[in-house]
Amino acid sequence: MPNKKTSVPFTGTAEQEAKLKAVIEAQKGQVGATMPVMQAAQEIYGYLPEEVQIMIAEGLDIPLTEVYGIASFYSQFTMNPKGKINIAVCMGTACYVRGAGDILDDISQKVCCKSGEITDDGKISVEATRCIGACGLAPVLTINDDVYGKLNRGEIEPVIDRYIEEEAKGKA
Amino acid sequence: MNFVRNHILVCGGTGCVAAKSKEIIEEFNLQLQKHGLENEAKVILTGCFGLCALGPIVVVYPEGSFYSEIKVENIAEIVEEHILKGRVVEKLLYQETVKEDSIASLNETGFYKKQMRISLRNCGVIDPENIDEYIAFDGYEALAKALTAMTPDEIVEEILKSGLRGRGGGGFPTGLKWKFAAKEQNDVKYVCCNADEGDPGAFMDRSVLEGDPHNIIESMAIAGYAIGASQGYIYVRAEYPIAVERMQHAIKQAKEYGFLGNNIFGTGFNFDLEVRLGAGAFVCGEETALMMSIEGQRGEPRPRPPFPAVKGLFGKPTVLNNVETFTNITWILLHGAEAFQAIGTEKSKGTKVFALGGNITNTGLVEVPMGITLREIVEEIGGGVPNGKAFKAAQTGGPSGGCIPTHMLDIKIDYDSLMAVGSMMGSGGLIVMDEDSCMVDIAKFFLDFTVEESCGKCTPCRIGTKRMLDILEKISEGHGTLEDIDALEELSAHIKENSLCGLGQTAPNPVASTLHHFRDEYLAHVNEHRCPAGVCKNLLQYFIQQDKCIGCTLCQRVCPTAAIAGEVKKPETFEVIQDKCIKCGACIDKCKPKAIIKK
Repeated sequence: MPNKKTSVPFTGTAEQEAKLKAVIEAQKGQVGATMPVMQAAQEIYGYLPEEVQIMIAEGLDIPLTEVYGIASFYSQFTMNPKGKINIAVCMGTACYVRGAGDILDDISQKVCCKSGEITDDGKISVEATRCIGACGLAPVLTINDDVYGKLNRGEIEPVIDRYIEEEAKGKA
Repeated sequence: MNFVRNHILVCGGTGCVAAKSKEIIEEFNLQLQKHGLENEAKVILTGCFGLCALGPIVVVYPEGSFYSEIKVENIAEIVEEHILKGRVVEKLLYQETVKEDSIASLNETGFYKKQMRISLRNCGVIDPENIDEYIAFDGYEALAKALTAMTPDEIVEEILKSGLRGRGGGGFPTGLKWKFAAKEQNDVKYVCCNADEGDPGAFMDRSVLEGDPHNIIESMAIAGYAIGASQGYIYVRAEYPIAVERMQHAIKQAKEYGFLGNNIFGTGFNFDLEVRLGAGAFVCGEETALMMSIEGQRGEPRPRPPFPAVKGLFGKPTVLNNVETFTNITWILLHGAEAFQAIGTEKSKGTKVFALGGNITNTGLVEVPMGITLREIVEEIGGGVPNGKAFKAAQTGGPSGGCIPTHMLDIKIDYDSLMAVGSMMGSGGLIVMDEDSCMVDIAKFFLDFTVEESCGKCTPCRIGTKRMLDILEKISEGHGTLEDIDALEELSAHIKENSLCGLGQTAPNPVASTLHHFRDEYLAHVNEHRCPAGVCKNLLQYFIQQDKCIGCTLCQRVCPTAAIAGEVKKPETFEVIQDKCIKCGACIDKCKPKAIIKK
């Protein structure tokens, strides 16, 4: 997936930093600690921006290139923040032959945001994921933690509208 | 222990959970309480039943009534009619089990009749979160037998004799792998389970991890005893949160019961297990890359030899098997190598689980004896292609496999036959494609995947697959030449010969097999600039069906390039000026009588 550098500024809190430091302290010196620390960091911040990668490298006393190398290697690590509404379309083979490509195009067009990116206001992000193993429901996508399966073209747009509405209400 | 009158089994596989099986369980408990039946019937969340197309699935015992596509609002009726009054709610049953005057057994339905369950024997039968249920189904008996009545050598011999081959794709004899590792002299050895199921369209490992986690634990402990290892790792994809959770829960239970830890069964044998999470890299399914990842590095493969059995995880002798391979171990020890050998073909023994998906009626998980024909799987078990469309190809082996065309439907499913037609067994994804699938597009889809997932360590794979993808894109846009097809074949051969790991070596397979079996389609794209299946967008043309057109001119008004000719209220004059059309699709979206088509 494309990992374009985000335009959304980093907004980590002191509380998050303390949490990450605790994780680093607990894992430091153990064999193969880098990946578990990075997984925990992504859990804390939701993504791994440069600022967080530097904290990990310094904390574990390893080169930043090593952290970046791992972050860019594994598709689970993202250097972009996820939107408040994160739409993930499964691009496994079963979903693809049932038209997941068209559905992803439709969604990208609707929310004005390409796969792997986030809207400028930070509200919606769209991604194409690897097979999520729900091939019986193909084509399938998830919005935040909710799964929508057996979709036809045009069915998901009203659902996205509902999320946008709810998100707006939550703010008001 | 309390005895209950009815057991209500609710499928907890991924598909069914996504279709709200958790809510269904809550509603069942609520309804049972309402009727004061909470001590008469017990609700159990099980692993996958296999027939994902008809989820969520609920099975009520002792009758064995198989309810399909159940909604929360159906629960009240099932409890009131079936549980309270003993009347099966026929209209909610899987209709194939409903006969005129009786209810047929599930094993007589098309989907289950030809299946044979070894790997999945406990999935959909027991509660995966309850170790006692696993024990009740002969669980940990194989481990007890191994530790108390067999020597490590005898176990290796038994597995060798069974003829079991690796189910992750390569098909290497499992017993041989164990024998090599057992032979090594080293104080520290490891057993690893490859649960990094990256093949898109395969979900059998996920179903076993979620539906029968103790089976993996038991088999890994047996492997540890056989080769002399006391530590194991299960490498699971992070994309499978339910599997990770159930596996960790199962390990905890096994430790409490003394099936893991020190001095198991008082024999002095120690074995411990740890779960490690993957982070989404397809190449980590390759054994050496997987071990690099467990060590916390970029998951890049390294050259073999030395093989992992000699020098593996942390530089120590290691046995690494796939989830499905491990599920066979306990069965073989309990039933004997002869029983296992009796199933399957000469060189491929036992059963294989396939994830049936794509354009097929019964999508889901099936386990069949080796040697069954592809036709039996697609037509009888899978129920054929839906919506009256024609079967075009079956894809096996994921990004490492190939497409099998219609005239080869009678091919026997085993390692060697599939290899012979340019595909491979792979981990068991079986995607059916109908006439609407374009083979150039499918090849492009897999190459796109490979390019994205190539780790970049060796040049043939990193650059070769990228070049192949470029050419495929050119062809699908209508700019391909016959030389391009030659170049594809040449590149395929080079990448196959020169790549470092198995993934690179098999990456050209989707292209090579479609070029071989569907050459006509490539030629149509190149010579006629036409996509016979109507998929490749650049090669489609728009047409106005004048008999449906009402002459409203809406299409003319939205067309950005004035590519539609026609006079108002004269449908017979409307047509698309192909030279001007940029195929944006604006007209199709606006046309009310749906008179515009693309082909």
